[in-house]
Amino acid sequence: MFEVLSAVLFDYTVRNIALGSAILGVAGGVLGCFAVLRRQSLLGDALAHATLPGICVVFMLTQTRVSLWLLLGAGLSAWLGALAILAVVRGTRIKQDAALGIVLSVFFGAGVVLLTLIQQTGAAGQSGIDRFLFGQAASLIRSDVITMGALAGAALLVVGVFYKEFKLLTFDGPFAASLGFPVRALDVLLTSLIVVAVIVGIQAVGVILMAAMLITPAAAARQWTDRLPAMILISALFGAGSGVAGALVSALGPNLPTGPLIVLIATGVFLLSLLFGASRGLLWSQLRERRNRAAALSGGGA
Amino acid sequence: MSAGFVIIVTGILVAVPCAVLGTLLVLRQMAMVGDAISHAVLPGIVLAFFLSGSLGPLAALVGAGAFGLLTAVFIEALRSTGRVKEDSSIGIVFTALFALGAFLISRYAGNVHLDLEHVLYGEIAFAPLNTLVVGGVDLGPRTFWTLGIVTVLALGLVLLLYKELKVSTFDPGLAVALGLAPGVVHYLLMGAVSVTVVGAFDAVGAILVVAFLIAPPATAYLLTERLSYMMVLAVAVGVVSAVAGYYLAYAANVSIAGAMAVAAGALFATAVLASPTHGVLANAARRRRNRRSFARGLLLAGLSRSRRSTEHDLAHHLGWDGERVSTVLRAARSGGFVLQTGNGEVVLTRKGQEAVENLSRALR
Amino acid sequence: MKPVLKPGRERAAVVAPDATPLEVRGLTAAYREKPVLWDVSFHVPEGQLVGIIGPNGAGKTTLLKVVMGLMQPAAGRVRVFGQSFQKARRYVGYVPQRGSVDWDFPTDALDVVQMGLYGKLGWFRRPGKKERRVAEECLEKVGMGAFAHRQISQLSGGQQQRVFLARALAQDARLYLMDEPFAGVDYTTERAIVGLLRELKAQGRTVVAVHHDLGTAAEYFDRIVILNRHLIAEGPVGRALTRENLEAAYGGSGAFIGDR
Repeated sequence: MFEVLSAVLFDYTVRNIALGSAILGVAGGVLGCFAVLRRQSLLGDALAHATLPGICVVFMLTQTRVSLWLLLGAGLSAWLGALAILAVVRGTRIKQDAALGIVLSVFFGAGVVLLTLIQQTGAAGQSGIDRFLFGQAASLIRSDVITMGALAGAALLVVGVFYKEFKLLTFDGPFAASLGFPVRALDVLLTSLIVVAVIVGIQAVGVILMAAMLITPAAAARQWTDRLPAMILISALFGAGSGVAGALVSALGPNLPTGPLIVLIATGVFLLSLLFGASRGLLWSQLRERRNRAAALSGGGA
Repeated sequence: MSAGFVIIVTGILVAVPCAVLGTLLVLRQMAMVGDAISHAVLPGIVLAFFLSGSLGPLAALVGAGAFGLLTAVFIEALRSTGRVKEDSSIGIVFTALFALGAFLISRYAGNVHLDLEHVLYGEIAFAPLNTLVVGGVDLGPRTFWTLGIVTVLALGLVLLLYKELKVSTFDPGLAVALGLAPGVVHYLLMGAVSVTVVGAFDAVGAILVVAFLIAPPATAYLLTERLSYMMVLAVAVGVVSAVAGYYLAYAANVSIAGAMAVAAGALFATAVLASPTHGVLANAARRRRNRRSFARGLLLAGLSRSRRSTEHDLAHHLGWDGERVSTVLRAARSGGFVLQTGNGEVVLTRKGQEAVENLSRALR
Repeated sequence: MKPVLKPGRERAAVVAPDATPLEVRGLTAAYREKPVLWDVSFHVPEGQLVGIIGPNGAGKTTLLKVVMGLMQPAAGRVRVFGQSFQKARRYVGYVPQRGSVDWDFPTDALDVVQMGLYGKLGWFRRPGKKERRVAEECLEKVGMGAFAHRQISQLSGGQQQRVFLARALAQDARLYLMDEPFAGVDYTTERAIVGLLRELKAQGRTVVAVHHDLGTAAEYFDRIVILNRHLIAEGPVGRALTRENLEAAYGGSGAFIGDR
């Protein structure tokens, strides 16, 4: 036990894994708060799936394994996905839900087609792309972690700078517009930041489950507080905690993809929060209700 | 039976039930619930694989399908706590169940004939190799049987409950008033979707089935106004996607299921652009036409109040720039609605006056 | 004074003290070329309480949207204190419909009121002690001082409406645009809002409010604008709010409500 623990703390690889997963948890947790509050949780799901063709195209063009370039391809393709969703919803009678479903599945299908093309040309470099499907935190190297840190840091910086404006946009967009804030541009900026959070996370969690990192920690954090700054902080902590715990467990044994473990741990945190959350835990409101009922009964008797 | 034939028929047997049920999902704005169910049946499928020795294919189908139904129940339970919005409920439930399935597969990889790639793209290419043998008799490809049953179930449900499904989709309030129990109809539909995505799992995996569920019905939605036509059109689009996807994959030697999803996406994109009634191009043309006649109406209405005006007066009155006034005026003149006198004044013709009267009558 | 970067590209204008708060001329607006407002003209004199009434779908909310530049008119023009809205926006306060936001948002009443000051703060600057004090005063004015730190979903509908009014007060505007401020509020809130409107009037400020209750329109407002896509009538209550005008706007049923 002790050996495992010391290995976890001092091993160079393990440190990379833990650091990378913490970064992804913070980025997903912070931007997830805005996505969840704007009722755009599932946009993150569609955008995460939509990264796959971008990763494949960059790999086919450059044969690179440098994650920065692959992630930029991922981001570009997710951005195109967001654009396609917007164009379909604005330009036709198709509703948001169907547009999300189509972009998600068709972009992913295109990614699968490209993936099989890459397999044909030689499986040697292809292993590098597999890690984007279900996440493989164990494959994170130092340069990956630096890339993730830089991208997440930039995204968090922008959130910090525009915090007041994003809060106003999320709570009351028309009022923000009446004050003269350019709500369209802010909307595009916030969606772009969600794309950044997605590409920060896909190496460790994978494109299919990345959505959970944008939704579950934020929804859990909401149960503990009624203030946005606290919600963002708690969500970042939950995201980072789930990320680190899941990545370390997966690094301990073979055949344990990181993404599913991280998501299962985050879900556990969510369920506990739903029951015991300080501000709106179901348990407390049940107790309160029972006490009120008892009081009403005894009051009726007196 | 050639391998190609078996694969194409398998694809069609995925496309047909998906298109029929997907039509209802798209109209009920529940496309992402379909996405959630298709991801969330994974743990059920893994369990069915564990027990496959003792279970027949039909029992496995229903057992795994129960997980899909459970997804719908969980989403509703979470939403009804009032602590989480519906979109977040969907996202939390299906990612958790999918993660559980993926975890089980990797953990017990040795015991289960299932790997993660199978989950992602399915194994439609192996459909011809996997035949159903009962009592030593070869009954043909297994997918024909499983997906055949699924197709019959889905079509049976829709034919039997067509009226109930239609009313509860377009007017849930009326459905309650008529005693049609929209709650029961909802869970029947969710159950049918669950069984369908489980049946389609072997062929196309847990994610690409979403393309079959959503893209063909959405394409049909851009082409027709009637539910029955929409279902038929969606089936046609789904079948064409399956066949075209197969030949595409054959030509380029790529994933068949992936190519079928791309084909469905291409057909949808074509409809988005070129649908004669709801396409982007048709909408733009209609808007341009409307804008022209609307601008002309505004100009004529402005003229009818002032009787005689110059272009400058009109620009001032309408709050338009001079260029816009000239453009609209030119069109109105060539249409015979106005005349321009020698000193630059604009007056309404009789035709113009009639147009103004029609307009104000229409607005009352 | 140090220059502050304000949202909105247009340089803010200093308006003449006697400029007309709101002037609408020949306004026509359309959704996808389907006219919602047709050739509407009226003006609002300074220091008046003006109610906009009309049946559902008459274009009342659309009128507010066009006035605030949230929607482009097809024709006609809007002048706010003699300027475009973009230039005059710092003199305008806005109260949206209460149902237009998600009250489950994680924040408290005081924070919502401070949002009224974001326009003056401009980009990047955060509200500080001064903003907090202003917001507290505004909450006091609507009788909500005790609820400053209450999570907004735990307020009643009437209290939420008063928070929105306090946010508008924080804007310290000369013209207030309100979308159905009386919709779905309790009696206490209704009286509080009426008192507030009179106070604003006493300070020489102007209020334009979309209103749906014909029974109280004459009591609450000085002037009335009756809309049903067209302008049916506008002017002082006594002259505009007649049986004929209401019948023209609402059809037969309007007379019945007007008699209440």
